[in-house]
Amino acid sequence: MSKHKLSEEKWFEQPTYYDEIRFKGYTRRDFMKFASMMAAFIGLESSAIGQVAKAMETKPRLPVIWLHFQECTCCSESFIRSSHPIVADILLDKISLDYSETLMAASGTQAEAALKNTLEKYKGQYILCIEGSVPTGADGVYCMIGGKTSMQILEEVSENAAAVIAWGSCASNGCVQSAKPNPTSATPIHKLVKGKPVIKVPGCPPIGEVMAGVIVHYLTFGTIPELDRLGRPKAFYSKRVHDTCYRRPFYDAGLFVESFDDENAKKGYCLYKVGCKGPTTYNACGVMKWNAGTSYPIQSGHPCIGCSEENYWDNGRLYQRASSFAGFGIESDADTLGKYALGATGVALAGHAILTNINKRKDINTLTAEGEAGDVDVIE
Amino acid sequence: MAEKLLRVHRLRRIYVWELPVRIYHWINVLVLLVLVVTGFYIGNPLALMSGKEASEVYTMGWFRFLHFAAAYIFFFNFVFRIYWGFVGNKYANWKQFIPTSKAFWKELKTVLKIDILQMKGDKEEREHLSIGHNALAGLTYFGTFLAFLLQCLTGFGLYASMASWWFPKLFTWVPFLLGGDILTRQIHHWTMWFFILFAVIHVYLVFYHDYVEGRGEISSMGGGWKFIEEDFFKKNKSHTPNPES
Ligand code: HEM
Ligand code: HEM
Ligand code: SF4
Ligand code: SF4
Repeated sequence: MSKHKLSEEKWFEQPTYYDEIRFKGYTRRDFMKFASMMAAFIGLESSAIGQVAKAMETKPRLPVIWLHFQECTCCSESFIRSSHPIVADILLDKISLDYSETLMAASGTQAEAALKNTLEKYKGQYILCIEGSVPTGADGVYCMIGGKTSMQILEEVSENAAAVIAWGSCASNGCVQSAKPNPTSATPIHKLVKGKPVIKVPGCPPIGEVMAGVIVHYLTFGTIPELDRLGRPKAFYSKRVHDTCYRRPFYDAGLFVESFDDENAKKGYCLYKVGCKGPTTYNACGVMKWNAGTSYPIQSGHPCIGCSEENYWDNGRLYQRASSFAGFGIESDADTLGKYALGATGVALAGHAILTNINKRKDINTLTAEGEAGDVDVIE
Repeated sequence: MAEKLLRVHRLRRIYVWELPVRIYHWINVLVLLVLVVTGFYIGNPLALMSGKEASEVYTMGWFRFLHFAAAYIFFFNFVFRIYWGFVGNKYANWKQFIPTSKAFWKELKTVLKIDILQMKGDKEEREHLSIGHNALAGLTYFGTFLAFLLQCLTGFGLYASMASWWFPKLFTWVPFLLGGDILTRQIHHWTMWFFILFAVIHVYLVFYHDYVEGRGEISSMGGGWKFIEEDFFKKNKSHTPNPES
């Protein structure tokens, strides 16, 4: 394996991804495998593999600023576990990330200087990736980095970004921090950044390959991928988990796991009745799976909790399909309430019917009296 | 019991519900029944035959198919009724559903007082008469139509992601507006209870009116006729809408 050589000045200028990949010791074969994998993930035809490879060979690497706000870092974790080592090594390595609180080597003043440098040097070119929501309550004091609130940082850094990527459910829709009563007023990025494309990549976390795919798409075409109405890349979020679920035949057959340890669970039946949100969740889990295609929650016997859907915390319970009704006890859902309403209606109608009969008796008495008096309607 | 001599009224036969309204009505009843039953199953499927292999059965598949087939009929039937509200007779007119006049509000109050709360009321109130449906019924049907609309929007909104025809795709904006399928589906489920409660009360009240007024309310949705005492017209008592106008 011959080491790829870089001329000194090229290295300090702007090395391409390919330069870096070779420099790290990967072969061209590794590189082509990676390019074809990425092309497949982002939904390109095989003829476009060359396009992906070419972009990585010729274009200088994208300057990326990766900010962490109110989050748990599961998105970063997911990214570095993406199936192809090149993703972690190159796309996310410290070389690629000009600033990332979690992964960069620098800290303190040095780190702040790196951020400032990137902002100036790559004005209008850098991609801003954000992990986490922005707490806007109490003037933003719930999340402060280097003496600045996350609101301030977002404002400064997004101003000259080419595009903004909102990683994960936190940045895309607020995730658990924004669950009722949302004490910090956690706010997703698209509500704060105006006038810039914001790519939402929801999921808690999003799938690593999906994250890599979004970046490679931008790299290859210089434009953001096609988004749906909610701002999610169509290539990964246009199908429900349910539509690509290998347990789907059991759903269609009406064969369900009734409880986690029953016979049906052993047979691998559909998890719908133990709360599966696959039918209402848009994500690529069934296709791409997790941890280098090893498995995904449903394959491991756990229902989908709808982690990539807006408000999934407030919109239902994890192991029941119907959500509970606040104020009516945690076990009561719409059907419990409906049954009570039906009962109350029955009682009210019975009462009404009794009154009606009393009144009808009076009417008949009147008609009888009138009839005995020989009263009939006469038409002239 | 001794034979009773009841006062005899002369009745006038009035053609209230035209055939298209009646057909609409019974299609609606049938299709709603199917939608509620299949909807319940989709929402909370019974553990029916867990002994079988998946290749032998297609239970959920059939229930969903029935639900969607009924949903299409329901939708176009509903659209037809709206159209008929503009071309049908005056009892079917859209003005019967939406308070557009003072008289509508007045009648609303009267019906509440006399029929629902069974209060005495004055003579005029007691002798009020609505030949088509009364103001309260009309307004309730209007609410029902809104619920129809909500159910169609959320239903087709959910259906859009599984459909290939362009028509359901027109509704993709609904879940987006509501912030996702999870909530859309729950709203769809809650709205179902409105129909169930409506149907129970509605059928009761249809029987109630027939029972106390004797004008053929129940059969009116069969043959279209209602039978109204002649002296109402003679004495020009309050009634809506006036069949002679
Ligand atoms: C699921 C059950 C039912 C539903 C959803 C339903 C719905 C409706 C609706 C929407 C109307 C308004 C018609 C119009 O467009 O003008 C209506 C009127 C009527 N329905 Fe039903 N109906 C149901 C069952 C029944 C049954 C079982 C009967 C009688 C045996 C009945 C008798 C009538 C009558 C007589 C009217 C006209 C009376 C009025 O408008 O005041 N309905 N129904
Ligand atoms: C008007 C009467 C209707 C009633 C009472 C009704 C009831 C229901 C119920 C209870 C569910 C199960 C929801 C849950 O708990 O998950 C459901 C599901 C559904 N309904 Fe309806 N529905 C009606 C009309 C419609 C219409 C007009 C459509 C339009 C296509 C529709 C499409 C759907 C779809 C797509 C689902 C989800 C099925 C699945 O994911 O497999 N429904 N419906
Ligand atoms: S396990 Fe979940 S996603 Fe899979 S078929 Fe059943 S309901 Fe759908
Ligand atoms: S299966 Fe559902 S809950 Fe699990 S990771 Fe995928 S989208 Fe999230």
